[in-house]
Amino acid sequence: MTAELPGDIAPGSWHPNRDRARQVQTAVKVVCGTFAAVSILTTLGIVATLIFETIEFLQAVSLWQFLTDTKWTPLFASKQFGIFVLVSATVTISVISVLVALPLGLLAAICLSEYATPRVRRILKPVLEILAGIPTVVYGYFALLTVTPVLKTFIPELGRFNALSASLVLGIMITPMVASLSEDAISAVPRSLKDGAYALGSTKHETILSVVLPAALSGIVASLILAVSRAIGETMIVTLAAGANPTLGFNPLVPVMTMTAFIVQVSLGDAAVGTLEYKTIFAVGMTLFIMTLTLNGFSFWFVCRFREKYE
Amino acid sequence: MDVNDSRSAVASPRQTDRFRQNLPSRYSRDRVFQASAWLATGIAVAVLVWLLLTILIDGVGTLNWTFITSYPSRKPEQAGILAALAGTLWVMVVVAAVTFPVGVGAGIYLEEFASDSWLTRLIEINISNLAGVPSIIYGLLGLAAFVRLMEPVTGGRSVLSGALTLTLLILPVVIVATREALRAVSNSIRLAGLALGATQWQVVWNHVLPIAFPGILTGVILALSRAIGETAPLIAIGALTFIPFLPEGLQSPFTVLPIQIYNWIGRPQDEFHAIAASGIIVLMAVLLLMNTLAIYLRNRFQKSL
Repeated sequence: MTAELPGDIAPGSWHPNRDRARQVQTAVKVVCGTFAAVSILTTLGIVATLIFETIEFLQAVSLWQFLTDTKWTPLFASKQFGIFVLVSATVTISVISVLVALPLGLLAAICLSEYATPRVRRILKPVLEILAGIPTVVYGYFALLTVTPVLKTFIPELGRFNALSASLVLGIMITPMVASLSEDAISAVPRSLKDGAYALGSTKHETILSVVLPAALSGIVASLILAVSRAIGETMIVTLAAGANPTLGFNPLVPVMTMTAFIVQVSLGDAAVGTLEYKTIFAVGMTLFIMTLTLNGFSFWFVCRFREKYE
Repeated sequence: MDVNDSRSAVASPRQTDRFRQNLPSRYSRDRVFQASAWLATGIAVAVLVWLLLTILIDGVGTLNWTFITSYPSRKPEQAGILAALAGTLWVMVVVAAVTFPVGVGAGIYLEEFASDSWLTRLIEINISNLAGVPSIIYGLLGLAAFVRLMEPVTGGRSVLSGALTLTLLILPVVIVATREALRAVSNSIRLAGLALGATQWQVVWNHVLPIAFPGILTGVILALSRAIGETAPLIAIGALTFIPFLPEGLQSPFTVLPIQIYNWIGRPQDEFHAIAASGIIVLMAVLLLMNTLAIYLRNRFQKSL
């Protein structure tokens, strides 16, 4: 039946070009493998850059000064480099924002997975996704020009720039992340566990609090840690709304300067290569990188160590 | 009633009574809990509505065609976002052109070709780690690598440097999305192709990729829409805030929408805040357009399977 063969190729004369196919396969594999290696290069690039410039920085400023000074004035004539001034601001803002995001996000996750009907869920999930997709500069606008004036009516002594407004808005920003990750963990709890609790006569909230949440704990804690790490690295909200005033302490009502805000301040001023300011932003970046890396690693470890596996 | 009876497994009538008396309070606590769960969700939604309304009210008055076709200016009534809009467009085209092949290629390699070696696992852990690195750190990498080290190629603080920095930032997202799309393709298709003597690449290119493509495209578009809103890494590489001209090429200095908006928010005059809100409306409209496209593609994809 030659009619079924394509064109004018005589039967038996067509052979797949296996050599060429194999060469193409090898070439594609090498190219795609190189692309995959870009991710390793990125990490190496980040680590190498930060370490190189930080070492340069530490030749000008001793590590002891960096860790123990109580003032942060690298742009003034009398320079002091107390990193804890910036760290204290970052920590204050992260803690408050997580205090907002944890209850909101966790309750929203419970609401979505346990209380909402499938139809309501289909509407609510994209709404939370929108909240997560709004650019941070927009949140910055909202914090500085909308939330701060509202807060001022309750707390008259609040400044134009303050950590409180930035933290509250930052908390709203990371809420969808906590909600989405916690919901994944809650949905993974098998139905049989819940049915068991109901069969023993538990009410819904007793089932959720004493069976579902403990079973999903590792995922919830992981989402919390990732939220903290996200809050620490967030830049635009804190730069716009929290100000640029390095203050040591944990008072949320005054203007403060976070690590990220300092990097932005120097970047806007166009620091020349090799100057101390240029090296300083990398030293601050290194501190930031170590903090987020530790938190991400801890969250990874926590999930591996404490995940409850259900068949 | 005997003492021994009350200790037995069966509840005594009195205990049952107490249990019943307890029920109303347990149910009311149940209602409080349910209400607080809804309240939390409601707060999140309410803040979103508040935010969107504020920006619409603040910005819609100054949003007009002149605003979109004008260059930035010291006078708020003459300032516009043309340069920022063009910059965003330039950067996005370059980011898409680089991210698409590199991200999808890496995803294909990890999902289809790579054996389960320590190297593969290292790359996987590394990618999930990169997704957690703050965006401003990528800015510092871009500053050192693209702006300083590769200055002869990139031209310093240029469109190309900015685009490459954002590419590195969203690559992990694209790789993960590609892998998920590829994983959703039924394995029987791969086995059928291999059984007919096709090479792995022929199977991937002719059979797996066409099925996974809409899913991959959705992931890439969502990643790009994240890149559009990024401000911090571009400030770190020194994208300028005042650009009264259009970018002319890859090595041209540039600004983007979020940076222009940031600049306007940071000024003390209310008039600049109003045009910042107008700029935000434009930025959000671009994002909405991209997300709609992504959702449309995802829905078409789901129907075709």
